[in-house]
Amino acid sequence: MSVYPRPLPMTPQLKSLRGATAISGVGLFGNGETPGFTEVELLAEAAKRAVADAGLTMQDIDGLCTASVLSTMWPMPVIEYLGINPRFIDGTMLGGSSFVAHLLPAMLALQAGQCDNVLVCYGSTQRSGTMNRAAVAAARKQMDPQPYEMPYDPVFPVSAYAMATSQHMAKYGTTRRQLAQVAVSARDWARKNPDAFERGPLSIDDVLKARMVASPLTVRDCCLVTDGAGAFVLQRADAAKAGPKKPAYVLGTATACFNRQISSMPDLTITAASQSGAGAFAMAGLTPKDVQIAELYDAFTINTLLFLEDLGFCAKGEAGAFVESGAIGPGGSLPVNTNGGGLSCTHPGMYGIFTLIEAVQQLRGEAGERQVANVNVALAHGNGGTLSSQATAILGSADAL
Amino acid sequence: MTTPMQGIQARHQQALDQGRFLIQLCGACGRHVYFPRAVCPHCGADEPALVSPAGTGTVAAVTTIGRKPDAGGNYHVCLVDLDEGVRLLSRVEGLAPDAVAIGLRVRARVQVSEGKGLVVFDPEARDERRAAPGRPAAPSGGGLPGTAGQGQEGLQ
Repeated sequence: MSVYPRPLPMTPQLKSLRGATAISGVGLFGNGETPGFTEVELLAEAAKRAVADAGLTMQDIDGLCTASVLSTMWPMPVIEYLGINPRFIDGTMLGGSSFVAHLLPAMLALQAGQCDNVLVCYGSTQRSGTMNRAAVAAARKQMDPQPYEMPYDPVFPVSAYAMATSQHMAKYGTTRRQLAQVAVSARDWARKNPDAFERGPLSIDDVLKARMVASPLTVRDCCLVTDGAGAFVLQRADAAKAGPKKPAYVLGTATACFNRQISSMPDLTITAASQSGAGAFAMAGLTPKDVQIAELYDAFTINTLLFLEDLGFCAKGEAGAFVESGAIGPGGSLPVNTNGGGLSCTHPGMYGIFTLIEAVQQLRGEAGERQVANVNVALAHGNGGTLSSQATAILGSADAL
Repeated sequence: MTTPMQGIQARHQQALDQGRFLIQLCGACGRHVYFPRAVCPHCGADEPALVSPAGTGTVAAVTTIGRKPDAGGNYHVCLVDLDEGVRLLSRVEGLAPDAVAIGLRVRARVQVSEGKGLVVFDPEARDERRAAPGRPAAPSGGGLPGTAGQGQEGLQ
C-alpha cells in the first residue's frame, strides 16, 4: 500500500517501445456454449486463426504468453499441444488483466531479439466445463486462501464489486439507472455484433427489475458466463508491416496492482487503473482526448464507470452522468465496448484478451455493422481479481505513429 | 529475539478463539495494520506488534447478497473501517441486511463458534444496551427475502 499512488517510471527505454511492436494477427473461437471441447482445444482453434491472420504458421511462433484460471502450469500443456519451442515464455497470472499485462514483457523480449513472433492465447470452458464455477470457488478456498474474508461467505467476485458500487453511489450520487445504462449501451453494441452471446433487446427497467445478486447489482449488472477463446500475435513493427493485415501498433502499455483482497483496497472508488492508465498514456505520449474508442473490462457495470474515471475520460465521480448522456453507446462521443463487452458479448472468466482483439478489429476497419468511423487510437483495459490488477494498452493505426 | 514457533496468522486466530480481537501496530511508523502480517505494509519494518483495538468503527461499504429463502434468505457483508484506520470485511449483526448502511457506527465483538473465533460487529447503540456479553446472539442476517428496507430496528 505504501507504493500507492506513486507514478510508474517512464524511462527513455520504455518510451522507445512506442510503436516498436504491433499486433499482426487475431483469432476468436467458441464464444458461448461449446460442450465437447476442452480448454486447450478452444485455445488452439483461436491460436490457429490468429497465426494464420498474421500470415504465419504455428512453427513460426517462438514466444508464448498464456494464463489459465484452473491450471497453475498452463504454458507447459499449451507448448506441448501446439508443438512449439518458444524462446520466450510468460505465464504470469493476473486474473482477467493477464493478457493485456503480457504485452510489456513480450515487447521487451521482441526488442531484445529474444524472439520474433509472440503468441498470446487463452481458452476457457467456464460455462460448459465439467468443473463448474461453484467447484472452482470451493477449490480456490484451499488453493488461494483469503482467511480474513472467506469466513463471511462474501460470494466473490460479485460482492466485492457490489461494495465498490455502494461506495461510488454514497460518495458521488451515482444511481442504479446510470449503472443500468452501462449494461444497456453494451447491449446496444452487442446487437450490432453477430458474434455476441446476448443480442436481445434490453431496457433500463429490465436491468433494474432483474434478480438482485448482490445489491445494488442485479444479474443484468453482471457479466455473462460463457465459454470462449481468443488469441493474438505480437511482432516487431517491421515484420507486422510486412504481414497481410494492417498492424495495430502498441503505442503504450502499463500494469499496476495495489492489492488482492477488496478489504485491502485503499479506496474502492479509485482502482490501480489510475496508475496503469497514466503509465500507458505517458509511453504513448497521448491523452484520453486522443482516444476514439475504449474497450474496458466490464465484468460488472461499476467497472466501466470506475475505468472511465481512473483512465482520465471523466473526472472522478462524473462517469455516471457521462454514461447516462448516451456517450458510450452507438453514436455516442466515446464508443465503449463496441463488441458488446463482457456484459453482452463474451466472458469466459478472464475477459482481457477480448478488449485487445476488438480494438484491433476496429483499428483495421473489420468490425462490420458495429464499426466506428475513423478509429486511429483505441484503448484496451484489463482488470483482474476483485478490482485488484489493472493493465492498460493504447493501440494505434499507422496514422497514429 | 526468539523466533515464534507459529506464524502471525495462527497467533492472531488463537487470540480470536479465546475471544480477543487483535490488530497490529507498527513500532517504526506508528501506523496500524490489518490483516496481520510479518512485515509492515506501510514502511517495511519487521513484524508489527499485536495490539487490542478500541473496537469501534464505521461501515464503509455494503452489499446484500441474494440467497434463496430455504438456504437461509438474504444476508450481507460489509467493510468496516476501525477508528485505528484499518479496514476489514465482516458483517453487522442484529439488523436486517438492507438496514446496514454506509456511515453506521459499529462495535466489534468476537463470536466464538465451535472453538473458532470470528470478528463481527454490532450497531454501536445496541452494543451499549447488550445485556449478556460473551455469547453470540442468534444467527445474523435473516432478512426476509423480498422485503428490502424493512426491519430498520430488527433486533432478534
